[in-house]
Amino acid sequence: MSELKQELKKKIITQLNLEDVAIEDFEDSTPLFGEGVGLDSIDALELIVMMDKDYGIRLTDPKEGRKVFESVDVMAAYIEEHRTK
Amino acid sequence: MTKGVAVTGMGIISAIGADVPGNLAALREGRSGIGPITRLPTHLAGTVQVGGIALSDEDLADLLGHPSEGPHTRTSLLGSVAAEEALRQAGLMSVDRQNLGLITATTVGGMDVTEKYFYEYLTSDEHLASIDTLHAGHTGQMIADHLGIANGFVTTISTACSSASNAIMLGARMIKAGMMDRVLVGGVDCLSKFTLNGFNTLMILSASRNRPFSEDRDGLNLGEAAAYLVLESDASVKARNATPIAYVAGYSNANDAHHQTASSENGDGATAAMLGALRTAGLSPSDIDHINAHGTATPNNDLSEGRAFKRVFGERVPPFTSTKPYTGHTLAAAGAVEAVFSILAMQQQVVFPTLNFTGGMSEFDLRPITKLTDMPLTSVLSNSLGFGGNCSSLILVKA
Amino acid sequence: MTDGHGIRSWCSISQGRVMLNGELLHQASAPDFREVMRSTYKALGIDHAKFHKMDPLSKLAFLTAEVLLGEAKRAGNFSRETALVFANRSSCIDSDRKHQLSLDDPGNEWPSPAVFVYTLPNICLGEISIRHQLYTESCFFIAEEFDPATMNRYADPLLQSGIAEQVLCAWVEKNDDHYTSFAYLLDRADPGTARDAILLKTQKEQ
Repeated sequence: MSELKQELKKKIITQLNLEDVAIEDFEDSTPLFGEGVGLDSIDALELIVMMDKDYGIRLTDPKEGRKVFESVDVMAAYIEEHRTK
Repeated sequence: MTKGVAVTGMGIISAIGADVPGNLAALREGRSGIGPITRLPTHLAGTVQVGGIALSDEDLADLLGHPSEGPHTRTSLLGSVAAEEALRQAGLMSVDRQNLGLITATTVGGMDVTEKYFYEYLTSDEHLASIDTLHAGHTGQMIADHLGIANGFVTTISTACSSASNAIMLGARMIKAGMMDRVLVGGVDCLSKFTLNGFNTLMILSASRNRPFSEDRDGLNLGEAAAYLVLESDASVKARNATPIAYVAGYSNANDAHHQTASSENGDGATAAMLGALRTAGLSPSDIDHINAHGTATPNNDLSEGRAFKRVFGERVPPFTSTKPYTGHTLAAAGAVEAVFSILAMQQQVVFPTLNFTGGMSEFDLRPITKLTDMPLTSVLSNSLGFGGNCSSLILVKA
Repeated sequence: MTDGHGIRSWCSISQGRVMLNGELLHQASAPDFREVMRSTYKALGIDHAKFHKMDPLSKLAFLTAEVLLGEAKRAGNFSRETALVFANRSSCIDSDRKHQLSLDDPGNEWPSPAVFVYTLPNICLGEISIRHQLYTESCFFIAEEFDPATMNRYADPLLQSGIAEQVLCAWVEKNDDHYTSFAYLLDRADPGTARDAILLKTQKEQ
């Protein structure tokens, strides 16, 4: 599970072009949206694409996505439970 | 109140008709043009619906009789068809059109052609000439060539969903400033896999049919269309004894300054644009009889735009409708399509219904008109709110 | 002196050089686009997290606007009633290409929302408006070449009628390896410098 979390952090940084953010800069439990890492609605859509492409999980409701992407911890748990890849 | 700039002709081709009479009949009869994707080989074909025009590119070329030398694209063909109808209606078909201006708008340009041959360009020369067609300016040039515009001012605006409104605004300003006597203004966009896939990845496409201002609205249907107005100076109208069909009385553009694609919570840009249009028209909110809303039926737009209505009109929001359930969201053409529909509403003295309405939004008590309704109409406000925060409002008044 | 409003300031970004009012403001260590964008962002001392997510056209437009509007802010001349009148030849072709390549790739039909968002040339106007809190009029034209006469025909009436206090006119062109931008700020209140000389000179260089 911790390997998945590291993988997720790397993906978040590279795929979302978070230029000035390093893996050590945020915790697994840091909120990804709002005050924490500061992701926005387009980032949420990118993460939805990533879930489908890399883990075979199809999220059809953007609002559902926001709950799943609350933090790396929450994302990893959700992926572990639902992944098809 | 300023009278505004005379409109002496209009032309349109959309999912609900290949000309003005065709569109009017469908509007009156409540006949939507939204349906399955039939023309584009896309994996989205079974999943989303669109406002597609049934005519093939060959059919469109036939309609034009002798289209100018190519390479044409679906976009330039659609544009030429609508522009021709506008000129015909204005009585300018046999007149020397060399100095006519053309301010056109598109976001797709020749994408329908270049996406077909994108990989082919690498291996074969056969369609190489069509690479030029992608350029948004090429579309405008093809339309100008077809209409015989040689020396007039020709330009292309590309500001997303507000493009055609901005073209109308610029044309009106240039006429008022005495820079031109007659100008064709409007826009065109055709359906393409590029746009369909792009909107799909933003998750703003409806799973079925768009239901503007409904509580359970779930997104938009894309559409394709072309629409143009002929704007003319008072001097020109008088000199050739032309009959205006409406006047462009007010217009304004403002930026929402919030997000690349989403609208601000309280519709800041839309509010500023509507207030600006009222200002240029010398009208107050109570002078507006009807609003043709942008009303794309995305959760975000309708809430934002509705709140903007309240900010501008207070407790007396005029009867409003969205005609996008008829045509779909026609992107760069939308501002001109809906200007045509606004003029038709005034000519017919009716408000066209917002189709597919399933029940009002919980955030406010605003409800669109849902049945064809006779109404005395002297002025109509039309909104087009584009990506990039580009918000435009037009006010058209009865001739 | 000329008809219309004079230019308060002007700038350009091209071949690794950022010029302001005819003087060198910043020289990138290499002319390649990414390095120019990165080093200019740093040199201007900007702190705007979303910059790194923008597409190349928006980055170029954003920094070009920053040079003039940043200078205006420092000089106490900035106005939030600044309209934006931009144009280019290639629209947002870099993003169009990137988006197109992600489609039609068999078994890999996952277009990126972040890329698609930038497949409209006017998105950069939104980015600039967000940055400087401008709720003003903005327009984007597609044209064969930089034509200040047309831009001024659009801008002058905005100033004359009081719709805008200032107008930022810009040519921002980015297509693959080729990039260039030239912008100038027209001010209602300030006759500024005779603009024909500046514009004619720059038009030749575009």
